[in-house]
Amino acid sequence: MLAPDDVVASMHRDLGCYLVRGITPDRIFGNLLGKATGVSHGRDANLHGMGDLDHNIIGFVSHLPQSLPVTVGVAMSFQYRNELRVALTFVGDGSASAGVFHESMNLAAIHNAPVVVIIENNQYAYSTPVTEQTRVQELSKRADAYGIPGVALDGNDVEAMVAGIQAAVDRARRGDGPTLIEAKTMRMLGHAMHDGFEYVPRELLAEWAAKDPVDRFAARLRTLGVDQVELDEIDHRCNVEVTAALEHAQAAPLPDAATVTQGVYAP
Amino acid sequence: MTTVRELTYLAAISEALREEMRRDPDVLLMGEDIGGEFGGAFKVTKGFTAEFGERRVLNMPLAELGFVGAASGMALMGLRPVIEMQFADFITTAFDSIVQFAGTAHYRWGGAVPWVIRAPADGGLTAGPFHSQNPEAWFVHTPGLKVVAPGTPADAKGLLIAAIRDNNPVIYLESKPLYRSETGPVPAGDYVVPIGQAHVARTGDDVTVITYGAMVREALGAAATLADEGIAVEVLDLRTLKPLDTDAILATARKTGKVLIVHAANQLAGVGAEVSALIAAEAFQWLDASIQRLGGLDVPVPFSPPLEEAYRPSAAKIAALACATRRLLTCKDKPEPQMDTDKHG
Repeated sequence: MLAPDDVVASMHRDLGCYLVRGITPDRIFGNLLGKATGVSHGRDANLHGMGDLDHNIIGFVSHLPQSLPVTVGVAMSFQYRNELRVALTFVGDGSASAGVFHESMNLAAIHNAPVVVIIENNQYAYSTPVTEQTRVQELSKRADAYGIPGVALDGNDVEAMVAGIQAAVDRARRGDGPTLIEAKTMRMLGHAMHDGFEYVPRELLAEWAAKDPVDRFAARLRTLGVDQVELDEIDHRCNVEVTAALEHAQAAPLPDAATVTQGVYAP
Repeated sequence: MTTVRELTYLAAISEALREEMRRDPDVLLMGEDIGGEFGGAFKVTKGFTAEFGERRVLNMPLAELGFVGAASGMALMGLRPVIEMQFADFITTAFDSIVQFAGTAHYRWGGAVPWVIRAPADGGLTAGPFHSQNPEAWFVHTPGLKVVAPGTPADAKGLLIAAIRDNNPVIYLESKPLYRSETGPVPAGDYVVPIGQAHVARTGDDVTVITYGAMVREALGAAATLADEGIAVEVLDLRTLKPLDTDAILATARKTGKVLIVHAANQLAGVGAEVSALIAAEAFQWLDASIQRLGGLDVPVPFSPPLEEAYRPSAAKIAALACATRRLLTCKDKPEPQMDTDKHG
């Protein structure tokens, strides 16, 4: 959907995005383990700080959604230089409550910036359900306030997401401005490993488990004639690659303490 | 040969912006009310839209957090946005983006953010609590930023050009009280004052005043007054607050052995505290007197003239305290009434 020279600012829930953009699993494990070989060389934790401009990825910051105005600015730089590039970012349902969400969407709209903003509405901001965060449950409707299109998609339907995002990316690239996409989905685990997410009704989880996007897409592929053996083969290749990457990252060195002050400033 | 003209502090800022925009097509301006015929609250960018077009002079909505963040995105892509914060006081609304994103990006993942925020700071103009602030200490305390505070028209030009060319986020504090009242020689054309270099604005052997921004003029005024009384005051203009020119600070402390640090910002936990700690740690054996500080009171900047005068350092207060600082040594033999510095802190 995005071209290699398009820019993306992903979040802490977008592991797939980093992989698709070309960050290798061993560098990701290195980041998780605080190794010198991690994307941030031990500077930042878990999936944070995994920016790499060689892959046109902006590094994530915990203060959500601070990547949003940055992504709008990236898109404005494309306009400034008359480049046919697109910027894309993700925010959560929680981030959509922040003032900077409004400031950024409004700025993108005023400048007709070539940006696509995807709200991953996974129903919970940590423990707070979206029903307690906002009175208007269709977050895509906020686009009306900025005079831009808002699109609600089934976030667990791979093909619907591909089609919806492709349309928004194409629209941005041809100069028609920003699109706000709401991907309705569910956070199937806690906010982090420490979180038992007892606050989520188990029947709600069961309801969403039945709509698992990977299972659904595998079923769809089988109806299109893809053999299960081929799908198992893909799974196996992934497992081998991930296992090797984890071993590689575990064997990698921790950063040298003498480097602690390096890189604060750009040369 | 470089031509040197007399320019106001404000004209020197405008000239730096204009010359950098002519030199480098990646330099652009962002801010509230800066474009069109209007040219900004202080008219620093008047005429810029006519010369450079709307593409390079971007009027922004009243949303500092959003547009400073956008400037970071542009900067990551290699552009060099110069942001006009309408008043330095409003920079708090953009704090998250400056401190959490711009300040950390390079350390965390190598993203260079070469923007400049021009922050019209300082008071003495009876402009009240929200148009008079000096926010530098917050940003000096923040890793990854650079902070400069010119006190003369020449430095206003040279430091702004250096800030625009720097590959890091720079907070450029311009002193509103100097805008039109301070005129001085400014080199024409390319003129860079390197970030990180203090300047001895006046030499003297008896006592040093270390200061920056609009307080340079006040310190020089105090030095002139004390010269008439036979006291030779050295004035060190820091010019850059982050990174501090530690060599220059220690050299003057070792030279005179008596130091007064002055800034218009609140004295409590201000830049002066760091300078004082540096001198105490590295030049203690050269000191003839305890280090003195003079800054704003720990109150919101008040509006009414007598209140603001009570709040704010001045040439007269500097002269009194510099004189007292100088006497601290000789007072050991012949006690004299000392200034109660607590009322300034």
